[in-house]
Amino acid sequence: MENPSEPEPVMRFTDVTKVYPLPAGDVVALNKISLYIAQGEFIAIMGPSGSGKSTLLNLMGCLDTPTEGELYIKGKRVKGMTDEELTSLRRDHIGFIFQQFNLIPLLTALENVQYPFILKTGAADSKGRSIEVLESMSLETNLFSHKPSELSGGQQQRVAIARALVNDPEILLADEPTGNLDTKTGSAIMELLSDLNRNRGKTIIMVTHDPKIAEYAHRTIRIVDGKIV
Amino acid sequence: MGIIINLASRNVRRHWVRSLLAIIGIMIGVMAIASLGILGNSITILFSGLVTDVSDTLVITPHLVAASGDHFDPRSSIGASISDRDLERITRAAGPNTVIPVVEDGIRIKTADQSGYVMMIALQTEDIQLLLPLDSGVYPKGTGSGCLIGALLAEEFKINAGNSIQVGNESVRVIGVISERGMAIDINPDYAIVVTRDWYEDLSGRQGSTKVLVKVRDINDMNAVKASVDDQMNRQNEKMDIMDSREILELFYETTDAISFFLLGIGGVALLVAGVSILNVMIISVTERTKEIGILRSIGTKKSQIMRIFLYEAFILGVAGAVAGGILSVISGWFISISVADTLLSSFSGGAEIIVFDTSGIGYIIFGMSFGIFTSIVSGLYPAWRASRLNPIEALHYE
Repeated sequence: MENPSEPEPVMRFTDVTKVYPLPAGDVVALNKISLYIAQGEFIAIMGPSGSGKSTLLNLMGCLDTPTEGELYIKGKRVKGMTDEELTSLRRDHIGFIFQQFNLIPLLTALENVQYPFILKTGAADSKGRSIEVLESMSLETNLFSHKPSELSGGQQQRVAIARALVNDPEILLADEPTGNLDTKTGSAIMELLSDLNRNRGKTIIMVTHDPKIAEYAHRTIRIVDGKIV
Repeated sequence: MGIIINLASRNVRRHWVRSLLAIIGIMIGVMAIASLGILGNSITILFSGLVTDVSDTLVITPHLVAASGDHFDPRSSIGASISDRDLERITRAAGPNTVIPVVEDGIRIKTADQSGYVMMIALQTEDIQLLLPLDSGVYPKGTGSGCLIGALLAEEFKINAGNSIQVGNESVRVIGVISERGMAIDINPDYAIVVTRDWYEDLSGRQGSTKVLVKVRDINDMNAVKASVDDQMNRQNEKMDIMDSREILELFYETTDAISFFLLGIGGVALLVAGVSILNVMIISVTERTKEIGILRSIGTKKSQIMRIFLYEAFILGVAGAVAGGILSVISGWFISISVADTLLSSFSGGAEIIVFDTSGIGYIIFGMSFGIFTSIVSGLYPAWRASRLNPIEALHYE
């Protein structure tokens, strides 16, 4: 039982198993994982390729649901949720940061940030929330109207972080956020994430291979063959 | 939602050559539907203009063993006649309605510089006034020998009221020119001369009528009068064919409708091909943008919104093609109308101006445009559905 005095965790995994049925036989990607993540934690997830890191991150991001076990995000039971409910949960409470930045090539930097905001509110960003977030990422104003292809890797990742933050989610999920950046830019991005965790109370869960990057986190979860070790 | 439409329109522009080709496909389809519709419609309107509505008239002709009873059947021109005794019986059966005996015969006419065979219609003096309004001149009186001439014949032979022409071996004064009447199932005087019955009988020595017309006063009595004449004349054996002009007009309109429908069908096939090209373009688009769809899903875009992005794209392509096709259809429709009018009328009514590009022509353009947009959206449904069903995780990792 949880201690009633403890705050409601932002995420709670209880004996979560994820199995992918394949013609050659079922693949157990996660095997009875139990995990408790409190608000404001900065967690690094490490492990070899194929260990289940991405599957864990997908479950945390409501892109997938557990085969067995219970998963609660922001106190909501993920199992049994419809696709629409999972999408809304992801849109309103979770921000994604990817190794490849994954900006929408058709939209400018500013529009990329505005997009999730409009999705959530259903209205244009008239109060300049997106500009405010982009400015807080130290992106030069003259780059706001640039398409992703016209930005450097570091600039793209700043736009991606701004996009993740625009709906003010409690949880940020980062998949190798510095994997495509040089050391200096990577460090700057990690400082930015640390700042978001430290000063704005964001819960950050980051998958990384790099032990140096993992040092920014308060806690490291190691996963091997679908199990936390 | 604005952002969804924005994404859709930007994607249409991103692959503009591909989009343009799809738009051209729809444009051609819309043009095919609209133009062929207008063509069919023009033919209908033109024929309607040529056919005089005599829906209050029953046409009674001798029953011919070999003929079909159709007025336009060439065998109907066999020179059978209706005797005066039968005419009396028809008059009795027709009750208070006007009965008009008609004789139609061919005869050679000659003017100062032209000659040729024309139709001669012989009518009783009082019936001429009833059936045929004049452009100029006067009606024949009593047993007068003056004749009337059809408007198109007068124009072609350059005959005016007051001129004399040779009819058979007789020299006859033309006392009036009949107003152009158009084709009808009762009589067609436009290329004919019209003489009095008495004068004709004196000239030919023949008795009897080639057909009898019954002008029914109240159109609601048509069936009753028809049944009455049929009962009187055909009780023992089939002696007379009784035609109701409404039936013939219906048959005619059914025929022109069938032509229009067939032409529209050809247009529909063209649009179907355009629809397949949109389907193809959109399936390629979904495949190319799989990763983008994954990104959109991961940042909170719902399945229904993904579907809408692609449906809007199909809609934009459809509207662009439909508008372009619509504009071109107005132009081509106008030319079609003109050329149909020229082709069909130049030899018929001396190039008389008939408006064939009417509101139903515009209707075909609107129909073509609507059908174009509809086809585009239907073609976009499957790709849009496929895009929305993509697994976001797999889509995110698609390269």
